[in-house]
Amino acid sequence: MSDVQDFKSSLSDPGSRKFETFSYLPTMEAVEIRKQVEYILSQGWNPAIEHTEPENAFGYYWYMWKLPMFGETDIDRVLAEAAACHRAHPDNHVRLVGFDNYAQSKGAEMVIYRGTPV
Amino acid sequence: MAKNYQAGVKDYRETYWMPDYTPKDTDFLACFKVIPQEGVPREEAAAAVAAESSTGTWTTVWTDLLTDLDYYKGRAYAIEDVPGNDEAFYAFIAYPIDLFEEGSVVNILTSLVGNVFGFKAVRSLRLEDVRVPRAYVMTCGGPPHGIQVERDIMNKYGRPLLGCTIKPKLGLSAKNYGRAVYEVLRGGLDFSKDDENVNSQPFMRWKQRFDFVMEAVHKAQAETGERKGHYLNVTAPTPEEMYKRAEYAKELGAPIIMHDYLTGGFTANTGLANWCRDNGLLLHIHRAMHAVLDRNPNHGIHFRVLTKMLRLSGGDHLHSGTVVGKLEGDREATLGWIDLMRDRYVKEDRTRGIMFDQDWGSMPGVMPVASGGIHVWHMPALVSIFGDDSVLQFGGGTLGHPWGNAAGAAANRVSLEACVKARNEGRELEKEGKDILTDAAKHSPELKMAMETWKEIKFEFDTVDKLDVVHR
Repeated sequence: MSDVQDFKSSLSDPGSRKFETFSYLPTMEAVEIRKQVEYILSQGWNPAIEHTEPENAFGYYWYMWKLPMFGETDIDRVLAEAAACHRAHPDNHVRLVGFDNYAQSKGAEMVIYRGTPV
Repeated sequence: MAKNYQAGVKDYRETYWMPDYTPKDTDFLACFKVIPQEGVPREEAAAAVAAESSTGTWTTVWTDLLTDLDYYKGRAYAIEDVPGNDEAFYAFIAYPIDLFEEGSVVNILTSLVGNVFGFKAVRSLRLEDVRVPRAYVMTCGGPPHGIQVERDIMNKYGRPLLGCTIKPKLGLSAKNYGRAVYEVLRGGLDFSKDDENVNSQPFMRWKQRFDFVMEAVHKAQAETGERKGHYLNVTAPTPEEMYKRAEYAKELGAPIIMHDYLTGGFTANTGLANWCRDNGLLLHIHRAMHAVLDRNPNHGIHFRVLTKMLRLSGGDHLHSGTVVGKLEGDREATLGWIDLMRDRYVKEDRTRGIMFDQDWGSMPGVMPVASGGIHVWHMPALVSIFGDDSVLQFGGGTLGHPWGNAAGAAANRVSLEACVKARNEGRELEKEGKDILTDAAKHSPELKMAMETWKEIKFEFDTVDKLDVVHR
């Protein structure tokens, strides 16, 4: 049994909380975030930024940062809005969303700035 | 000329073979693969199938003259060679929409695959495909929620969903079973699943199973901060019992229940789908018994037809085969019926065995479920084949992890996310899969261990039911 690794996760440890897609991977570097924005734009989806206090991440609705960037095709403008949201809410999760208005769904959604677990 | 009643037997083709008929948009169309008895001409065999699956009987009856049989009859309107099979031919038959009660998959199947399948003039018969007219599609309830609503309820976007069937299939106590559920969900899966033959046996009655499983679901949700579910199988001996279990699942806050649509039957399934729509529970559909119907290439019902019938009857998930794992399935044919589950409009495509255009109107789509004999090494191919709108289920590939269920679940979740992220970055999953997983394993000891455990496993049995292709 000594070579079996314990699975560390508990109710008492806020670090155990996940936040859906890509939350089991390491925090993304700037260059990786850029590629995900590029993917969303290449699908023709509308990028958007949302954020929340980590303790409220389970709720369906996070706070919208301004409005979705309908028709935006400039990767840098999307990244700039995400960075501005993160600066304004440094302890919050900030997620990147791609709205697919044909599927009436989010084609992509991922946290790109991870908040401080409490 | 006035119609006269003449008793006796006449050739079917005189009435039911109509090569000049142009099918209407409202007609049901069916393509049968027919192997006639020796000496029976193709036109006669095709006409016989049209007759026996619609208005005809073996002899003329005087009451035929009390109705407009020319309006109600099925019509064999085309015959084609079957590539690679000299004995068989495809018979195309059109049926007027009036032959089928609105919203009744039961009525469709009772006609199309009823008595005709025991008919003596044909040696074997297989229903390859049907075209359900849009006018009829709109009379059916279809999936209780569909893919987009399921994503919203479960809060999962931009990736396939992950599941796991709890093993051993039979014999665990309810409390130990709930433990296995809790472990896979806290490890990172979205769903766990009752195996199909878990109903309410003496060793684990349904009520205790539901109680313990839902405690596991709620705790895993609180612990991970993510939405979770377990497919509580409500398949039961009677519809009354099924609804009783479904009501209790709802009372416990379960987001999803499960039914076996072929063994349970279409009447039960359609009723349960309606209940799920009314009560806001997702419906996972298992397909036990399908291989009895669809595996023989010359006799039975093709799975793409069973897929269409389920989408009409109602279900939010349906098992599709994996293409890559241990179970049956030809890749192109599988891709064909996956389209039939999910898309709004599917074009005729003989390279996928799809014989007709199919318009689903505004009916929601069904999530295909890939399950059986798959593990982390299959992940790149699965993500590439199935795309985001699918549920990937790893049973042994989760529970068989040397460190236990939670570690196995985490390994699958990490490999899934690594593959989706790489795909979004424009990398070719099936070519670079090994590198992608190896990189991801650097940050996940659970994945590293899983990759070492299952590295050598391969499944190379040949497919029994292949698409019909030219052999000479």
